[in-house]
Amino acid sequence: MKNNILIIGGGPAGLEASAQLQRMGYNVILIEKDSVLGGHLAKWDRLFPDGVPADEVLSGLIHGTEGVKLFTETEIRAINRLEKSYNVRLTNGITVLSDAVLIASGFDLFNAVKKEEYGYGIYDRVITNADLEAYFKNGSDKRIDHPKRIGFVHCVGSRDEKSGCRSCSKVCCATAVKQAIEVKESFPDAEVFCFYMDLRLFGRHYEDLYLKAQKEYGVRFIRGRVAEVSENIDGSLVIKAEDTVASKPLKATMDLLVLMSGMRPSVSGKAVGDLLEMTVEEDGYFAVRSGIAAGQRSPLPGLFLAGAATGPKTLPETLADARAAAVEIDRYLTEIFPDARNYKQLVRERW
Amino acid sequence: MVDFGFGLVPSSRMNLDLFDKEKYEELAEIEPDVRICMACGSCTAVCTAGKYTRTSLREAIEDIKNAKPEKALEMLRACQLCGKCSMVCPRGINTRHLILSITKVYSAK
Repeated sequence: MKNNILIIGGGPAGLEASAQLQRMGYNVILIEKDSVLGGHLAKWDRLFPDGVPADEVLSGLIHGTEGVKLFTETEIRAINRLEKSYNVRLTNGITVLSDAVLIASGFDLFNAVKKEEYGYGIYDRVITNADLEAYFKNGSDKRIDHPKRIGFVHCVGSRDEKSGCRSCSKVCCATAVKQAIEVKESFPDAEVFCFYMDLRLFGRHYEDLYLKAQKEYGVRFIRGRVAEVSENIDGSLVIKAEDTVASKPLKATMDLLVLMSGMRPSVSGKAVGDLLEMTVEEDGYFAVRSGIAAGQRSPLPGLFLAGAATGPKTLPETLADARAAAVEIDRYLTEIFPDARNYKQLVRERW
Repeated sequence: MVDFGFGLVPSSRMNLDLFDKEKYEELAEIEPDVRICMACGSCTAVCTAGKYTRTSLREAIEDIKNAKPEKALEMLRACQLCGKCSMVCPRGINTRHLILSITKVYSAK
């Protein structure tokens, strides 16, 4: 018998897990709330550390999902746990009886408007990392007009308890360095500054990217969080920060300021979690089953988690997480699920 | 002049708008390694002159980038070019050549 597996979220994690499980011979149903697949990846232009086009990666992921039953513009209306399976009613009227469910609901970008001191939505030339990617992708943005001085503000909605975001979003440092290089390529005469607290360039090749930004592109890295931004009458921006290496306050005029919005738990993912009364940790992301080796299992039997639903992840980490979830789901459906008589005991022992 | 019992000190704030881009590019032309310092402070920690005087290559590089070249020159005045800093720099900067280049470029009127 082919088991039904429902995957919630058509971003990189959902697509990759779908492809893997489809290959294993399961009956995969993938739902996505938007009209297009890909999540944030569909809105991005190029990816760190090598600058590969996001389109290429996404079309590869979508290509792999051939045979998967796909419903876009579809959300979950109701979901309840039967003895072993999940009965899921979708907003398109279809009901699915699913033996395993994978939540790959991803993340939302931090709403930069909340950091009023940076003036996003108030000053014309303050944009976000997502706006800059859209500019690279579409080639136009009236706020970006041959800037001579460009500043990047790290940790907007990350490591900031005032805005309710204690954790590090993990990907913004590398994204800022990548984007700093890209704006320098677009505007070679511009001076580019990155204002950071710590540079967290942990991944393979990330440090090379940082060195390249300094050495070949002359990007200036200043340790200190931008404290406030104000606008001159000509639309340019005055920023204030402390250079904490020099232990001195500084001010500088910028033509463009890019806020590195961090990752926040997905609001629509949380709505699905609420239907199942899933445990959410203090940081707002879903809790995995206790223990460092629990991986992609949620506290509920047959319910799995992958990607940024369990906290900020880079794209390669998300894909690895999705593949791991596929293996975990396969193990569950072959070892625990079929044994009807001992199901409860097996769940207790092996879940 | 009435003595109010206090005086005013000049602002310590740095203004990056005063940064001399041409001069910096001139320096980077002869010693490109000025760009790759990551302000770890290893050079300052081992500096023999720094033990007794205000000498710090890390601070000098910062001063240049923060539009205070006269402070940078002051910071390197007591350097004896012993080269200990070049042995510890994690980025492999040719520190002696950098110090000489800073002095050359920024001392010129």
